[in-house]
Amino acid sequence: MSDRTSRLALANLWVAIAAFGVASAMALMQALSRAALDLPWRSARMYYLSVTAHGTLMALVFTTFFIMALGYVVAERTLGRPVPHPGLAWTGYWVALAGTLATVAAILSGKATVLYTFYPPLKAHPAFYIGATLLVVGSWIWGFVVIRSYLAWKREHAGQPAPLALHGMLATVIVWLIATVGVAAEMLFLLIPWSLGLTKTVDPELARMLFWYFGHPLVYFWLLPAYVIWYAVLPKVAGGKLFSDPLARLVFILFIVLSTPVGFHHQFMDPGIAASWKLFHAVLTFAILFPSFVTAFTVTASLEVAGRLRGATGLFDWITRLPWGDPLVASVLLSMLLFAVGGLGGAINAAYGMNAVVHNTAWIQGHFHLTVGSATALTFMGTAYWLLPRLTGRELELGLLARVQPYLWFVGMVLFSISNHITGLMGMPRRIYDASYGGSAVAHAWRGLTAVSAVGGLFLFMSAGFFILVMLGTGLAGKRFAPEPIEWAEPLEPVSPRAGLLDRYGLWTMVAVLLVLIAYAYPLWAHLHMQTYGSPGFSPF
Amino acid sequence: MNVHLYEKIWMWAAGGIIVAFVATVLITGIGGALQPPSHVETIDPTQVFKDPRFAHPGVTVDATGATVVAFGMMFGFTPAEIHVPAGKPVTFRMTSADVTHGFLIVGTNANTMLVPGYVSQFTTVFQQPGEYLIVCHEYCGLGHHLMAGKLIVEGAKP
Repeated sequence: MSDRTSRLALANLWVAIAAFGVASAMALMQALSRAALDLPWRSARMYYLSVTAHGTLMALVFTTFFIMALGYVVAERTLGRPVPHPGLAWTGYWVALAGTLATVAAILSGKATVLYTFYPPLKAHPAFYIGATLLVVGSWIWGFVVIRSYLAWKREHAGQPAPLALHGMLATVIVWLIATVGVAAEMLFLLIPWSLGLTKTVDPELARMLFWYFGHPLVYFWLLPAYVIWYAVLPKVAGGKLFSDPLARLVFILFIVLSTPVGFHHQFMDPGIAASWKLFHAVLTFAILFPSFVTAFTVTASLEVAGRLRGATGLFDWITRLPWGDPLVASVLLSMLLFAVGGLGGAINAAYGMNAVVHNTAWIQGHFHLTVGSATALTFMGTAYWLLPRLTGRELELGLLARVQPYLWFVGMVLFSISNHITGLMGMPRRIYDASYGGSAVAHAWRGLTAVSAVGGLFLFMSAGFFILVMLGTGLAGKRFAPEPIEWAEPLEPVSPRAGLLDRYGLWTMVAVLLVLIAYAYPLWAHLHMQTYGSPGFSPF
Repeated sequence: MNVHLYEKIWMWAAGGIIVAFVATVLITGIGGALQPPSHVETIDPTQVFKDPRFAHPGVTVDATGATVVAFGMMFGFTPAEIHVPAGKPVTFRMTSADVTHGFLIVGTNANTMLVPGYVSQFTTVFQQPGEYLIVCHEYCGLGHHLMAGKLIVEGAKP
């Protein structure tokens, strides 16, 4: 890595780690609160504030900054040239950081307890909306720089396919650019003018449609960089090879095409959207299961290759031959196991009619802690163990904690997630400070499981604490050493030297935009032509 | 593109599973048995109490079933207690008078968002007489966890 890009990546990585640390502390408080432990600082105000801070810092800040760091590393190391436009890249960093600080200040001062979904007419301080918008603007600059890296390389390597890791990162950027159109429109046309008092009212359903236009591809913005690690780093670190390069390319292209036109599956229970359009989005949502099914095969097959290269000969002993003590390998393998359950749960959420049983219940938080909270977050933590020494030139400190940490996360997540899936099916809503409902008998039946969930939260908090300790220990006190270079997994069979259909990003972006237009243009047009009434703002916090 | 035989089998199987899922959703959805609440009707959220559609919240029962008119408002439902007959179709017509709320009858699949400016409507049948807990499932402010109601399903005495 060039020093220039290392510094840029590290600056982004440390913001991600800091956000993760603060968000973890918030999470502990919530888990204990739900179990009705009478802690001295426990109050409804603190609980809902902490839900807002946890969601915003984890889902938007930790992920975005981590992905920006990884994006710069991938761009430089796959193409073998420093990232271009360093001044612009740093500008993007400072814009995103300034925005983050404004949003966090608004949340922590209690003026923006609107949760990370910020559905109007709940109304936060303008700094919350403006700050979040700046975070997105900063990420756009990052996306521009990554695309420019690729285009500069392509001019000198006409007709060659991008290296796979960059292919995945370009897919991430394209998904993000398409997705953020929705949230930018929501912020700029609806929420920012309204929070500043320039407009009196806002249409809550229009805001929800724009939010979920953004909100579902957001999850693929989190997931695709994790897939980059699974495809392009994991086989290498595990001592194997990538089973299939072309299918990995296909997977990323399918995500470009299918990520966005599915947002109504978050709004199955909403009034104001016709059932036929919800059904259309439901069908597309099922289609997007396909690339993850393919990923399950390719990554598992790559791991089998690794196990056999490590001397396995039997049917299943390649599993035990894998380096389960390596923090990156353990993190990714455990995150994949959790994601297998989370992905199938997602199919249940998407199931149109069946969604009524789980919508906005604790099932949902059980679900997305397996996806973004495990597939993404645990993979990113494992990646940080691999990446930080290579960026800082410092050996990983407290290695034992790093090796234990993924297993603690796994145990904590199993306890947390299973109990929340069950209480959700039993009808417990998500995001509630107190689950007693005035001594209601049905609510009483949730109590044992909320305690299990809290124990899971303790494990997760301990795991997060270990992660932060390892990061700080390595960054501040790690022994200086000459790290191994950042290298990518080689495919089992040689990659075609000619770029093919799956390397035509412009074409696939156009297909994606076309599908977005089919899925959203008519419902939005119809909505804007219907007699709707604005809603004034409320700040009941 | 050279695709390994096992991977081909896997991809066909995955495609088959997805087709089965989609077919299930389409058959139950288009067949009409299983639809999410998707009523399209708007209302001025600042005039809910004066609007003739919501000025008299309550339950109307006739020979064919019942209609429930209700709204959510920080931090409760009006009416707070709803009585409906068992085994007959019950149509809920609801909205919100302030922020976005949720409406879930615990132990059933009666579930909808209450979005200010919009009327939510769905029809369901409660087979099992008894008392049910109604909860708000969308964060609506610091009293969100206190927002609850009661549904009494009245059956014929055995």
